[in-house]
Amino acid sequence: MSEAETELAAPDAELFDYPGARDRTCPFAPPAGLRALNETAPVSRGRLWDGSTPWLVTGHAAQRVILSDPRVSSNDKQAGFPHPNQAMAENSPHHPLTIFNADGADHTRIRRMMTAPFTRNRMEKLRPEIQRFTDELIDKMLAGPNPADLNEALSLPLPSLMICALLGVPYEDHEFFQEHASLATRSDKTAEQDRAANQALGGYLAGLLQKRMEEPSDDVISDFAGRIKAGEVTLPEAVMLCMILLIAGHETSASMITLGTALLLQNPEQLALLRGTDDPKVVANAVEEILRYLTIPALGQRRIAAEDIDFEGVTIKAGEGIVVALPAGNWDPAAFPEPERFDITREARHHHAFAWGIHQCLGQQLARIELQVVYGTLYRRVPTLRLAVGFDELRFRRDDALAYGIHELPVTW
Amino acid sequence: MKVVVDEDKCVAAGQCVAAAMDVFDQRDEDGIVVLLDENPPAELADDVRNAAAVCPALAIRIEE
Repeated sequence: MSEAETELAAPDAELFDYPGARDRTCPFAPPAGLRALNETAPVSRGRLWDGSTPWLVTGHAAQRVILSDPRVSSNDKQAGFPHPNQAMAENSPHHPLTIFNADGADHTRIRRMMTAPFTRNRMEKLRPEIQRFTDELIDKMLAGPNPADLNEALSLPLPSLMICALLGVPYEDHEFFQEHASLATRSDKTAEQDRAANQALGGYLAGLLQKRMEEPSDDVISDFAGRIKAGEVTLPEAVMLCMILLIAGHETSASMITLGTALLLQNPEQLALLRGTDDPKVVANAVEEILRYLTIPALGQRRIAAEDIDFEGVTIKAGEGIVVALPAGNWDPAAFPEPERFDITREARHHHAFAWGIHQCLGQQLARIELQVVYGTLYRRVPTLRLAVGFDELRFRRDDALAYGIHELPVTW
Repeated sequence: MKVVVDEDKCVAAGQCVAAAMDVFDQRDEDGIVVLLDENPPAELADDVRNAAAVCPALAIRIEE
């Protein structure tokens, strides 16, 4: 190695290893090292699991600029793409086009096949059903053994019931796809496990799609079945898109219910505010702040520059990876003063928990209403709800999980 | 206040409807934005500005 190379290599030792490790005494906060990056610059080099050193975009305003720039691509088949783990690095090149990996006109075409069932007003019409499911699950929990695991009692079944009803997937099969959905969000899965889960879930969904091509009903699977018949989408593409909806609808809302409850139980004055209100606006605002504070998609949004981009004093070269570190944006003091203060009354709607730009979460209105119903119901119906174990006994998910969370939340009342 | 929406940019996130439901709606068939009132009254101005600010696709423009 020449001297010049040594000099260049030296600062690498200082690079932040994304996603970083959270402080276990403060498991809701993004890693301190990640937050510190914004004190220097909103964009810097970081290092990933495979030793690659993509750009890390940490500033809130900078994230908006990058995620809105058409020169920034989601094409994860391209060399240099900053994959979140080994399994995705190996398998992504073999995936069909989806809302995750398509750009521009392709993305628009695919996304518009998926958006109709998730409009704000359609989701609002589901509110009574979400309320009914929530009440029934709480009834069942209260009638069962005390303590209980909130994950099993409420957090997992509620989003699962809703996404199954929307897609037209029989809820009886939920154990099968919860298992696969859970694997999909794990970073320690092997490429082999990832492919096996994809095949199992894909085969199952292909069977359902074929059935609905013969006998359509009023659900998302039937809608895709109709599009296959009309030649708008192929069967493998439809399988992948339905799989995305099924997986995305499971783990994310579930994590927000469990982790959000743990956060509220640790902040009794905020919990008291939430419990004391019957104003839906206060509850809706609390949801936004909990989304901001927890930012469960902690691995962020992954992109690759399609052209050279001059940005915040650096040049991101074509072919370089970009990681938009969503938790850092949501804890950027320039956008959220005193970000470490959990305050359900703060203005937080501009958070990036659902990302930003054309890839912003498709199911966000469903997630919002599920969370509004749960946070607005659970603590009022079970005012004595508390942890059944010490806070330090809770097992938080790995820092490199696609959706941050807690493995189980033992609660008593 | 005059509101302009760009249907081609819209990604049907539903943020505008959540922020100002009297001014924005979504098409049934694909969730794309429908402008209900291109000259909203002054009392809705804050909600409309908020809707433009939270639109992830920057598909809402306001001409004051």
